[in-house]
This record gives sequence, structure tokens and C-alpha cells, in this order.
Amino acid sequence: MSTLIKLRKGLNIKLAGKAEKILLPEAPVTRYGVRFADFPGLVARLEVQEGDKVMAGSVLFHDKMFPEIKYVSPVSGVVREVLRGEKRVLTEVIIDLDGTGRIDFGAADPLRLSRGEVTEKLLKSGLWPVLRQRPYHIVARPSETPRDIFISAFDTAPLAPDLDFIMANTHGGFLQTGINVLSRLTDGKVHISQESEGTRVAEMKNLQNVEFHRFSGPHPAGNVGVQIHHIAPVSKGEVVWTLDLQDVVAIGRLFSTGFHDREKIIALAGPGAQHRKYHRIRPGASVESILKGNLGEGNMRIISGNVLTGKKISQEGSFGFYDNMVTVIPEGDYHEFFGWATPGLTKFSYWRTFLSKLLPGREFQVDTNMHGGHRAFVVSGHYENVLPMDIYPVHLLKAILAGDIELMENLGIYEVAEEDFALCEYIDPSKTEIQEIIRSGISLMIKEMN
Amino acid sequence: MNFLLKKMKQIEPLFKKGGRFEKLHSVYDGFATFLFVPDTVTSRGSHIRDHMDMKRTMTVVLIALMPALLFGCYNIGLQHTRAFGLNDWTLMHMFWFGFLKLLPMIIVSYVVGLGIEFVAAQIRGHEINEGYLVTGMLIPLIMPIDVPLWMVAVSVAFAVIIGKEIFGGTGMNILNPALTARAFLFFSYPGWMTGDAVWIEGLVKGGGLDGFSGATPLAVAKLEGIANMPSAMDMFIGTIPGSVGETSTVAILIGALILILTGVGSWRIMLSMTLGALGIGLLLNATGGNDYTQIPAYYHLIMGGFAFGTVFMATDPVTAAQTNTGKYIYGALTGVLVVVIRVFNPAYPEGTMLAILLMNVMAPLIDHYVVNANIRRRIKRIRTA
Repeated sequence: MSTLIKLRKGLNIKLAGKAEKILLPEAPVTRYGVRFADFPGLVARLEVQEGDKVMAGSVLFHDKMFPEIKYVSPVSGVVREVLRGEKRVLTEVIIDLDGTGRIDFGAADPLRLSRGEVTEKLLKSGLWPVLRQRPYHIVARPSETPRDIFISAFDTAPLAPDLDFIMANTHGGFLQTGINVLSRLTDGKVHISQESEGTRVAEMKNLQNVEFHRFSGPHPAGNVGVQIHHIAPVSKGEVVWTLDLQDVVAIGRLFSTGFHDREKIIALAGPGAQHRKYHRIRPGASVESILKGNLGEGNMRIISGNVLTGKKISQEGSFGFYDNMVTVIPEGDYHEFFGWATPGLTKFSYWRTFLSKLLPGREFQVDTNMHGGHRAFVVSGHYENVLPMDIYPVHLLKAILAGDIELMENLGIYEVAEEDFALCEYIDPSKTEIQEIIRSGISLMIKEMN
Repeated sequence: MNFLLKKMKQIEPLFKKGGRFEKLHSVYDGFATFLFVPDTVTSRGSHIRDHMDMKRTMTVVLIALMPALLFGCYNIGLQHTRAFGLNDWTLMHMFWFGFLKLLPMIIVSYVVGLGIEFVAAQIRGHEINEGYLVTGMLIPLIMPIDVPLWMVAVSVAFAVIIGKEIFGGTGMNILNPALTARAFLFFSYPGWMTGDAVWIEGLVKGGGLDGFSGATPLAVAKLEGIANMPSAMDMFIGTIPGSVGETSTVAILIGALILILTGVGSWRIMLSMTLGALGIGLLLNATGGNDYTQIPAYYHLIMGGFAFGTVFMATDPVTAAQTNTGKYIYGALTGVLVVVIRVFNPAYPEGTMLAILLMNVMAPLIDHYVVNANIRRRIKRIRTA
């Protein structure tokens, strides 16, 4: 059995509203959307217009910098609308479901294909963007060969779905093919990180061509960036790729059947949702289908993803490209009388100034209130308690704010993504937008390095 | 509370841009957010945020200061009765006497300090920083009780403007603001900050018992010899002359416990500073040098401002070292410096203030070397790869 890497730093935010381990039959979805904001740094060139007919796998747009990276329609239908935001920036392509047409990219045994042929198939089919690279946590560049490929087989985020339950219910047979594809893409290894107990799913246990690792510890132990840091950190000049376990299945499916089909199992969680269960869905699907008749009373925030890193979407909004859950929590748009001074028996906190610390095992309600105003950095020594990496978070943040490229590089900007700093942002009594600062630092690095 | 909230919302437009009291916007905002945590919701990044904010952080420090403050009130009265031979005062009498003497200092400190903070916040368009809530309480507690109120006001203004606001406000300052205030008075009006009389209410004006000296234990040791110092128990309990809040090690330890249990104060700094002072104290006991080196090492922990400085001043997260390793180094060096100044400096009997201020200046340098070690690890990885 693989060695166990024990992480002590981090924080499990104990929220009420976990999804029951019940998988519901697929609900019909009529509207899909592909959101540009899911791909940070992407400058897109549209290849379709409103009214165009598309099939599952038809190109919607491509990357201006890397035109070979295509983004395709998840389903067959008609392009209803291309949404634009401020300054006419593209925000989303909306597709109305129509028909069942899908493009056949051809089945093939990846082990018999060259690296170039594998790459081409992934690019053509529009599955390429599921591969993301470190540094920068952006869509992988096809011209580069990654040192290794990393997959996290568990999710420690608040209310996160149980990936073992998901894999146990995923149509079998594609996972090994997916791994074989990945093994063609790197000269190094394909690493899969599991929870300390490992997995119960036979298909996972028997995988070949991979190296297993086990992690224990609180969130963000399940973040692939944290795992990379402890298995083989990314140094300057190195590139590794990461992808989600369910997308390995999608890649396997592409090479086994020839079709682009990213059907995945996701959890609906959070105290704002009434029936919290697992659903089958495709990225881009309107979440209306799973939320209908399912929302709690009052003003709710719907999040594609988890409460720390997800995106706010509307009730009809599109499920994100990389997400594995939908979370619903109440909005926190209320005034709390002397809220900062209450004993805090019912308030979950990282800080030991709340009596809730005396109630281990209790689950807590949350909302989207900021619980305070923005201040300069004051406290020290706590951010590092929730970041299990050999990185000085505040020093890195200050280097980013100062725009000091060399210092950012030296302090580890290549190893991090905004999601790794989400807990720093959560616990921060100064209410700094830490994830946004990290992303702006990464954007600056991309600009300076090209 | 809905009534109050409605009222606040009703008058809010007056303070908005274009309103009649636009210039008091930061004041309104300060009071409104004090009464009610605002309804701001997350818009970027994490959708949920911890309930902890700067107000609560600072409140915890204020609570931790309470034992020292309450004991300080009692001790003002106690020292007064001793100096003037008022043997019939009850405990309540002494406490009340001290409280009424201290209250004006606290009020002056808050009014002047918060006034400047309000103006600074208005100019910058920021919300009001809570940092001064703590600073404003610390300043009276590290002053001699007889210092004139106008001096408190001037030193507060100096500390807040020169010590903090010109650097960009709370979070950006290099020196601990409360100690800046004290250092300002110490160098500008040394007659009011040192000597035998200022520590006891009313003694400056004269009229004390014949032969009564209000000297602090540190001064006694320097001038009259170690044999004449108060007992260790007196110094530990705090029934000795000194700055208002600094005398009782017991009361300060209760505060330390609160800070450490809540995680708001750094135990690393408190521990390393204590060990640093104890270590150098023992070393000096062993080596000798001057008479003063023979003070038992543990005396350094219970006399003068050491305990108060360790728990409430050196741990100021903004001016201390920020890295965990740096905190150990910073604390230990501060502790060493306190004792070195006390023992070897002929001019000042006390060294805590100067030691902490000096180490405030050094803290970024310590962090620099600690962070550089991290950088070197990262660069080495590339070389060995």
C-alpha cells in the first residue's frame, strides 16, 4: 500500500447540509451554457453565431492564443444566444437542446497511438480543456509535455461529494482507458491521491499505469495543488497537469466510444436546498432541472461548486465546466445587532473566540454575510495554519500586491492556485479578497512570462 | 432592535455624498457598524466568511486588559494611602479613588486618538480602524498616574499621527503606537516619566509622609541596592509603584491566558521573550559585572513593565515579526535586550519600552531572513532536480 502523507494544517468547515448518498435518475435539461469565466485568462474567438445548429462535440469557440484548443457544445441543439457583459466581453454561449446528433471522433486504443495522435484527438473532441496545468491553474498548453499528471480522488471542501460513491455509480470500464490516455501524454507518472482509507471501488483499486498516494488531514488536503506540493512540487520551469477523476472517465469514454460525453455525477448540497442528493448531469446544464421545487424559503445563493471556490449562478444558471457540486446557502443580507460581540455558540469559526469551539461534532448554518468590514492585514501566524504548504501566504500576497515578479516566483507562485488560498480568505478577520489577489498575481506572471 | 436599525437607516442619507453631514461619514459608519454588523454579502472569492472580524479581535485584547486595568485602579488608591498615611481607606475606597483618577486619562486618550482616527478615515475614504480601541486603552495603562492630561493628549496625537497614520494607518505602522506615545513623553518630558514621585497620585505636588519614596522597584535596585527592593511576592501581586497597568504580574498573566486561549495573542512571542529575559538574567547572575547583575533573574519578569510589555506590547501582530520562526527570534532578542538595558544602561532603570521599540524596527529584518530561508529551499530544489 502507498505511504500515507499526513497533513495537520487546514480546516474542516463544519456546515449543515451534506448530500445524502442517493443517486437520482437523470432529469431532463433543455438549456445548456458554456461560460467563458470558467477558463481564467482565456481570450476566445467565436466559431458560431446565434441560430447555428450544433451537435454534441461541435466547436463553439477556440483560444486565440492557442487556436488548436477548441471548446465544444456539450449537447446537440441550437445556439440561442451569445451573452456579453461590460465592454461587450463574451460571457456565455447558450444552447437550446434539440435532437441527439453527436460527432463521432472515432474510437481508438490509446496505447497504440502516438503522443501526437492522442493529443490531436483530445483537442479535436473538445475534451482538451479538462486538462489544466500548474503553474497558473489554467488550461494546459498542448505544445508542452508535463513532468507528471496529478489526479485527486477525494474532495475535502465543505459539503463536497464523496468521490468514492460517485465512482461506484459511474458506468464502468472507461477509467483505465482514460489513465492509459494520460500515460501517453507524460514522460513521467500519473499520480492519483486518495483518502487515508483508500478506495472501496474495485475499478479504482485495480488501476494500472498509475502511482497511488494517500493523504490524511483536513481541507485542503483534497486539493490537487496541495497534493502536488507534497508528492513532487512544481519548480520554476516545470509543468505538471491536473484533471478531475470524472474527466478521466470522460477521456476514457471518448477513446472507447468516439463520443464527447462528459456526463458526471454531482452532489446538490447546502442548507438552502431541501432534497440534497446526487444527480447525473453534464457540465453546462442549467441547474434549474435539479433545483426545481427544491429551494428553501427566502433569498438563496446558488453556487456552482463549493462554498469556498464556486461561482455564483442564477436559478437557471449553467453548471460549471470543472465543478462537481451545486451548493445552495442563504444570502446574508441582514444587519446583526452587535453581531461581532455575541458569544457565538451557533457560529462556526476557525477562531477560538467563539463558544462554538466547545461543541465538536456539531454542524453549523452559514450564509453569505461578510461578517465585518475590509481592513489592512493585521493578524499574523494564522493564515499559515490553514495552508498546508511550505509557503508564506502573507508574504506572497504582499509580493503580488507590490507586483514584484521575482519575489512572487521565489515565494512559490508557480505552485499555487486561488483554491489553495480559499481558507486563508475564509478565516481572514481583515476580509481581504485573497483568492482574487492570487489570481491577479498569476495573471501578471502569465503576462510577464510570455 | 428593528427600531434602532430603522432610525439608523433613516439618518444614513444625511451622511452620504451630498448629504448635510457628508464630512461626518466615517463617524456615522463607525457607529453604525459598531451597532450592527452590516448586510454586506460576499461578491468575489469565498462565498462564506468567518464570523471573526477586526472588532472582535480587538475586543478580545480589551477583555484581556481588564484584569490589569482593574488592579491598576486599586493600586493607584493603595499607593496613595501608603504615601499619605491614609490607613483607614477600605478596598472599595482605594479602587474607586484610582478609577476616578484613571478615567480622565482613558477619556482623553480615546477622544484625541479616535478623533484623529475618524479624520484619517474620512480623508482616506476608509472605514474606521479598530486598532485604536486597544492602543487607546494601552496608553493610560503604561503612563505614570500623575502625568498631566495635556501630555497624554499630546503624546496620543504624536503616536497616532507620526507613529501610525503617516505610514498608512493600522496594519502599516512600524512602531507600536502605544509605546510611541510613551517614548515621546519619555524623551520630551522626562521629569514626568521618571523619578520617585510621578508613580503615586498626588505625590508630585508634595505632602507625602516624611521619608516616603515612591520609587519603582527598578529604581530602588539602582539607587538603594537590591536589598531594599520589595519582596518578590509584592512585585508578583503588584502592590508596588509603577505605571498604572504594569505592576501586577498576576493580573497580566490572566490577560495572557485569555490571549493565548483565544489565539489572538502570540504565545510564541510571550514564551520566547520570557525565556530570553530569564536566560540572560541567569547568565548575568553567573558572570557578574556590576551590582545590578546580581538581581535574581526571575525578578526581571515580575518587576517594571516586562510582563505587561511581553503580553500586550511585544505581541502586537503588526509591529512584531510575522513569521512563526521570526517570532521566536524576535521575542527572545527582545527579552534579552530588556535585561541588558536594565542592567548595563546607567541612565534608565527600565528597558522594556526601548527594547520593544528597537525590536519593532528589527522585526522586518528578522522576517526577511526567515522568508529568505524559504526562498533558498525553493531555489535549491531546482538545482538538485
